[in-house]
Amino acid sequence: MSPESAPILNVSNVVKRFGGFHALDGLSFHCAPGEILGLVGPNGSGKTTAINVISGLYAPDGGEVTFDGASLGGVASHRLVHRGINRTFQIPKPFLSLTVRQNIAVALAYGRAAVAPPEMAALLDEYRLADVADRPAADLNNAQQKMLDLVRALATRPRLLLLDELAAGLNPAELDWIAERIKALAQGGMAIIVVEHLMGFIEHITDRVIVMNAGKEIFEGKLAVAVQVPQVIEVFLGGEHAA
Amino acid sequence: MPSAFKHTLFIVAPLLAVFAVLPGVYENHLLLFNFVIFLILAQGVNIIYGFTGYLPFGYVGFFGAGAYGFAILVMHYQAPAVIAVLAAGLVGVALGLLLTPLLRLSGAYFAIANLAASLAVLHFVANPALENITRGPYGVSLTGTFNPTLAYSAALAVLALTLGAVVFLKNSGFGLALQAVREDAVSASMAGVNVVRMRVIAWLASALVAGLAGGVYAWYVSVFYPDNVFSGDFSIFAIVFALFGGVATISGPIVGVIILYGIYNLIGFTTPQYFQLIYGLLIMGLVLFLPAGLVSLATRRGWHVP
Repeated sequence: MSPESAPILNVSNVVKRFGGFHALDGLSFHCAPGEILGLVGPNGSGKTTAINVISGLYAPDGGEVTFDGASLGGVASHRLVHRGINRTFQIPKPFLSLTVRQNIAVALAYGRAAVAPPEMAALLDEYRLADVADRPAADLNNAQQKMLDLVRALATRPRLLLLDELAAGLNPAELDWIAERIKALAQGGMAIIVVEHLMGFIEHITDRVIVMNAGKEIFEGKLAVAVQVPQVIEVFLGGEHAA
Repeated sequence: MPSAFKHTLFIVAPLLAVFAVLPGVYENHLLLFNFVIFLILAQGVNIIYGFTGYLPFGYVGFFGAGAYGFAILVMHYQAPAVIAVLAAGLVGVALGLLLTPLLRLSGAYFAIANLAASLAVLHFVANPALENITRGPYGVSLTGTFNPTLAYSAALAVLALTLGAVVFLKNSGFGLALQAVREDAVSASMAGVNVVRMRVIAWLASALVAGLAGGVYAWYVSVFYPDNVFSGDFSIFAIVFALFGGVATISGPIVGVIILYGIYNLIGFTTPQYFQLIYGLLIMGLVLFLPAGLVSLATRRGWHVP
């Protein structure tokens, strides 16, 4: 499923500072429709910050993000959703007192999906939420809340989907299952960026990875190649592997 | 039967009917009028607090501004009372627009800033330098429009409008989106909801409700001072009644007003020495055991409460 089409997302030279700390320090990469791109790196390397900048939660202090040819600078998050960008959260953030069905209904109604939005029943079925559809989201376990977070994003029919540690905390069977779902979404033409610590999972689903350290890209390519690069091994896998 | 229709038929219509009939059989009309006013204000608090999470400690600011909006139109422009009530609503909305920057704050910061804003409006209105416009601290007397019967009917109309708004919020995608914003603003924006716009709409709607209530209050009482219509009791009572019953429902604030304002009038007059004690215990018990209000007795059992 190696993508041939032009990138839909271009991140160029993006800088994000928090006080004196450079969370992103000239980060550049791109992602094409149908591609699954992995963002990997040690804690604090800027992966989630990158997702927060692309999804409009943070305004970058420098550089530019363009989506579908248009700059995203200063565009409010809900407008980015309407343009076709959506994401999940590392710690899922459902509307706790609303039922699962109501959670999804908000996104279906307000997501302004460019194409016909998916069906509520199909989403509930495909992401194993049908049994809990009428329960408050607060009653869901962590894995179910993550699925609800994903479905909330999918209900807006994104063309670019950012997954922030979706797999963390899932059991092996759930991991295999969600990996297949993500691949199927990409085959449908969605550009997907995956932030993840589980290397097996990343290797299994991504076409390409960006290895980040201290807010910069230090490697771009296949994960299998990345693990041979001494600099990557040093900063990412830890000193003991470098020997 | 669609649930909005059910809520109107089984909650809104009976309540309005009871308060339309009661003046014919019960003599204390002022008490009935005050019940209607608090039903309106508690639902106004419900709109902004129940559906968006902003606790309006200075809610009386809109009420007082509405009362003075009514008074100024009647005193200086000889406006008919009904027009002046509508203008009172608009004055509430105008003050709401002026205060929209407060929505950037959250939690206690918002509550305190809102309280300060209502005090600022009080002192603005009560300023002796504005005697020619507001009569300053000397109060207004609107004998020309005095008509308690019509004013009571107008209050019922405002209550109907307010309940209609809450029924809409309870049964619409718009109301659901507002609750989503209350639960998690970031996730709501990621569901495509324009968070700022939703908050402003709810804020202005609750300001409109309080402004209209202030207008009919001014019409009913006809003579009042700034301290009367900007009394912090209005904010506190409306908030406590709404919370006691349970917000983000239609019935909760109604139950809260009937029970608490009922008790207030029963024991407040007969045995005032026990009133503060009983009231205090009730509210402490609520906060400790039923933070989501009386309706949570039912929702905990899995019952749906409209």
